[in-house]
Amino acid sequence: MSHKSPVRLLAAAALAASVFATSACSDPASGTGGGDKQQVSIVGFSILKTANKQLVADFQKSDAGKDVEFSESYGPSGDQARAVIAGLKADEVHLSLEPDMTKLTDEKLVADDWKSGPNKGIVTQSVVSIVVRKGNPKNIKVWADLIKPGVRIVTPNPGSSGSAKWNILAAYGQVIAGGGSDADAQDYLKKFLGNVAAFPGSAKDATTTFEGGTGDVLLSYENEAIQARAAGADFDYLIPDQTLLIQNPGAVTTDAGDAAKAFLDFQLSKEGQTDYAKQGFRPFDDSVKVDVPGANDPADAFPTPETLLTIDKDLGGWGEANTKYFDEKDGIVTKLIAASGKS
Amino acid sequence: MASVDIATAPDAARTRRPRTRRSLTGGSGLALGVTMIWFSLLVLIPLTAVLISAAGLGLGGFWEVVTQPQTAAALRLTVVESLMVTALNVVMGTALAWVLVRDRFWGKSLVDIVIDVPFALPTIVAGLVLLSLYGPSSPLGVNVANTRIAVFLALAFVTLPFVVRTVQPVLESLELDVEEAAASLGAGRFAAFRRVILPSLIPAIAAGAALSFARGISEYGSLVLLSGNLPAQTEVASVRVLTFIENGNREAASAVAAIMLLVALLVILVLDVIQRRLARRGD
Repeated sequence: MSHKSPVRLLAAAALAASVFATSACSDPASGTGGGDKQQVSIVGFSILKTANKQLVADFQKSDAGKDVEFSESYGPSGDQARAVIAGLKADEVHLSLEPDMTKLTDEKLVADDWKSGPNKGIVTQSVVSIVVRKGNPKNIKVWADLIKPGVRIVTPNPGSSGSAKWNILAAYGQVIAGGGSDADAQDYLKKFLGNVAAFPGSAKDATTTFEGGTGDVLLSYENEAIQARAAGADFDYLIPDQTLLIQNPGAVTTDAGDAAKAFLDFQLSKEGQTDYAKQGFRPFDDSVKVDVPGANDPADAFPTPETLLTIDKDLGGWGEANTKYFDEKDGIVTKLIAASGKS
Repeated sequence: MASVDIATAPDAARTRRPRTRRSLTGGSGLALGVTMIWFSLLVLIPLTAVLISAAGLGLGGFWEVVTQPQTAAALRLTVVESLMVTALNVVMGTALAWVLVRDRFWGKSLVDIVIDVPFALPTIVAGLVLLSLYGPSSPLGVNVANTRIAVFLALAFVTLPFVVRTVQPVLESLELDVEEAAASLGAGRFAAFRRVILPSLIPAIAAGAALSFARGISEYGSLVLLSGNLPAQTEVASVRVLTFIENGNREAASAVAAIMLLVALLVILVLDVIQRRLARRGD
């Protein structure tokens, strides 16, 4: 939309204004209501909308959370970060990838030491998975199968969806993990992009497009594949032998109260991680054992891949990777994508 | 200012002094003030903000952004497809309005209502409808997903009502006598349409075309699902804008937006000139 940015600005402003208005109204009301209810505003990326329901309910049952009320906002990770910068009230932010969190630390909305905890600021994690049609008619098993002639790939647009970067980096990184050079990885990615049938705007759009019949393969997060299947989607997924660990950061904002910190602690606790595991996120704690509806094997939902790449260990961390691969002018992926249209 | 005007207004009326064009009555002065404030808040200030933000790039930076091959291709695609869709709407929209006003058939009032649906539908829902109708699992056996035809279809779908809705009321208010008079003076049906009816419709058609084009170049939601956003093939300008925003490059996003603004202005201007010229020829 040509008027996108003013519209978004206005929308953000209106949202912020309405949040201020409602919080201004509700503060005195809750004050007279007797108990000291504490308000916590969660701002999170899209997929958490479903996942956080159980968490919030369980937290409110605990001692730390019994007097805490929540207001929640979910949307695309980048949009959410921008909304918080534009004034959306947030006590806890839970985003899809670190560069979005960096936007908030740059604005001093989140303290610079947000990564200092034992989890290094990561609250939920998953892995990049390959979703295929029911029964896997194209017999996709490994990354090399994706670049065979005639295989059509759907993956969200890494330009308009920050979270799509995980998928592209997984495709790139697995070549390196297999002993390939940067040149080999670029060669692979070039063929991969040549097979892309659609670059939908977001992970959600990509799933919709794939379910609408486009493509043989959908690159998705494991938890999204699991959640879609639990909700009735009729497709299979597999975890390739080499894949990338997806790490979703979370932090409290600089002016958040104790309740927000308590909620973040709860998210990282065994109980919190169990709730997330039920929704398809890989728990930090190996001792978490739950049935995961929608998983290939609900009883053993999270098979360990042969090689699990991480952004820090294998791709130089987000600070470096974002510039190297996604810089608007010179990013390796940016250039390959631009070139892919000219075949 | 306004209250003074209101107090003196009766006196002014009594003396019957002819008003100069610059003096407004209190009421209309107030109305003008409110309108301008509203218009400024809603339109002028945000648009200026876009231009200022784009200006942050400087001329060289601006040029670099909009001539970058992927962005230029997206801009070209958006403008060309919008022009094509607008041309289609001018013909089909006028025909539809004609049928709705002049013909009687079963289900007419239903069609009359349904025409607004593409416009009223949330765009992402429109996108879903189009994907299920013209995507890989199309019940019609038509699969145009991830091609430029998909972009065209989505734009045609959401812009359908504009020309119909601007032409329809004008056509309704046209007296049949005029046509009969033309016929009695020896004009054939075609001549009567071209010389009598069309000139009165042209302002409405032009207004509808402008709306349709403006909507076309700004469209996002209805086409992203079906078009696949393939760079240099089916990626439209709004996806480029989103990409720049996602990467924190607000200036570049504004630069693309500014180009779209200019194109919209230009097209509206051209339509206005065409309309004036054609309307004059009809006299």
